[in-house]
Amino acid sequence: MIGHGATGMLGEDGIHVDMNHLKSGEVNLGTSIMAINFKDGVILGADSRTTTGAYIANRVTDKLTQVHDTIWCCRSGSAADTQAVADIVAYHLNMYGITNNEHPSTQVAASLFQELCYENKDMLSAGIIIAGYDPRHGGQVYSIPLGGSLHKQPFSIGGSGSTYIYGYCDANWKEDMTEEEGIKFVRGALQEAIKWDGSSGGVIRLVVLTSKGAVRHLYLPDTGYTGPGATQS
Amino acid sequence: MTSIGTGYDLSNSVFSPDGRNFQVEYAAKAVENGGTAIGIRCKDGVVLAVEKIITSKLLKPGANKKIATVDRHVGIVSAGLNPDGRHFVARARDEASSWRNVYKAPVPTSALANRLGSYVQAFTLYSSVRPFGVTSIVGGWDSESELAVDGQVGTGPKSGAGGRVEGAKAGGPGLYMIEPSGLYWGYYGAATGKGRQAAKAELEKLDLVSGNLSLVDAVKEAARIIYVAHEDSKDKDFELEMTWISSLDGPTKGRHEEVPKELFEEAENAAKKALEGEDDEEDEGAKGTANEGERMEE
Repeated sequence: MIGHGATGMLGEDGIHVDMNHLKSGEVNLGTSIMAINFKDGVILGADSRTTTGAYIANRVTDKLTQVHDTIWCCRSGSAADTQAVADIVAYHLNMYGITNNEHPSTQVAASLFQELCYENKDMLSAGIIIAGYDPRHGGQVYSIPLGGSLHKQPFSIGGSGSTYIYGYCDANWKEDMTEEEGIKFVRGALQEAIKWDGSSGGVIRLVVLTSKGAVRHLYLPDTGYTGPGATQS
Repeated sequence: MTSIGTGYDLSNSVFSPDGRNFQVEYAAKAVENGGTAIGIRCKDGVVLAVEKIITSKLLKPGANKKIATVDRHVGIVSAGLNPDGRHFVARARDEASSWRNVYKAPVPTSALANRLGSYVQAFTLYSSVRPFGVTSIVGGWDSESELAVDGQVGTGPKSGAGGRVEGAKAGGPGLYMIEPSGLYWGYYGAATGKGRQAAKAELEKLDLVSGNLSLVDAVKEAARIIYVAHEDSKDKDFELEMTWISSLDGPTKGRHEEVPKELFEEAENAAKKALEGEDDEEDEGAKGTANEGERMEE
């Protein structure tokens, strides 16, 4: 990177990425996040590590953020930026629900996220996955990577840890999984991501979005978990 | 109107002692002189029709349309002052496009009607402006299929989204009428302008609530109703103008379009014929029923 990265993103050659693009002291979500479609809706998953440089600022972070009843997002990139964006979107979805007397669809949430991420791309470092459920459209997964483009996907992975699990996901992904299979897929993928990625770690958090609403899951790295949807640890 | 001439009718921002805004009522009077406009909402679409009074023999037939397209799926027809109607449509287009900018999707008819209602209402509040001299009928079709976010890349799973609920409320026809006061309601059938009383009476006979009227039949009824409504101002020449919006699997694929020439002519000829028949029957009958209807007005 020419002129040693005060800004970040791609260097002039368009290939070399400046890994130290954060301002000094800025909190980074060196992250493993993902969201998948399954038979009855969507599942979001994330690790829980937040870092400032080498220091783990928070080992039990919640990167799964609710922006409406059954529309959630996975945040990666700058903690401050993604929180701010999610707050703004949550406000607009709330207003949409009130003024139009109907729940906003996942598309509405995705387009609001995209508008913010694209129009302010110079100032933001945010990679966001949006997943939502509504009765009309069912479950949907959208991904908005760094430049602010919008991708609808069967499943989506993101964050620094995602690079390690492309193979895992490609080998194990199938459509129309049951909830149990879906949870196993996400857990398995995030376990690998956490294992290999130094910037990911802590616990695995999941949110399952279906017609029954949002259900949170928590999986600890060592002990077996026996809450809703628990499989063998 | 006892307070007339006492100064309470000169400004928007002043109520009369009995709580009325005369400027708004005068605006409604302007509407009552406009060519009749109607809208019919049926299960598979919406029809808009208007009686365009020809003010000069030098006007090109078929030009100077009175029904405007706001977005691909929404149309507006107004009765009253034409320039006010044009401005109203311009505002509607701005609203539709701003909705698209934010939500990357077409504006729902109900949301558009709501915003236009708020816009019109604001013109009843200030002394520096006058209310709109139009009552406008907004017709639209909200897509019943899944809508992509404008510009999105890719699709979801090939097997389709999971957890979709069959029969969940999705899209359909919308018909709203916005008055100079900013008041708006949703309608099965709406009528405004000079011949609204006759038109309303005809619309009520259609039993639109049951949802049995098809879109094509609605086009024919619309043509007939405009011709019926014109009976009271027979001395003036007029042109019939009709547009429609069907469901996605219907003839217009969810878009607001002019009724095709063939169907239009069929409907217009049927309307003329129906009226001729009616005239024969009514020759001996009592006259002046239209005035009776006028007295019923609130």
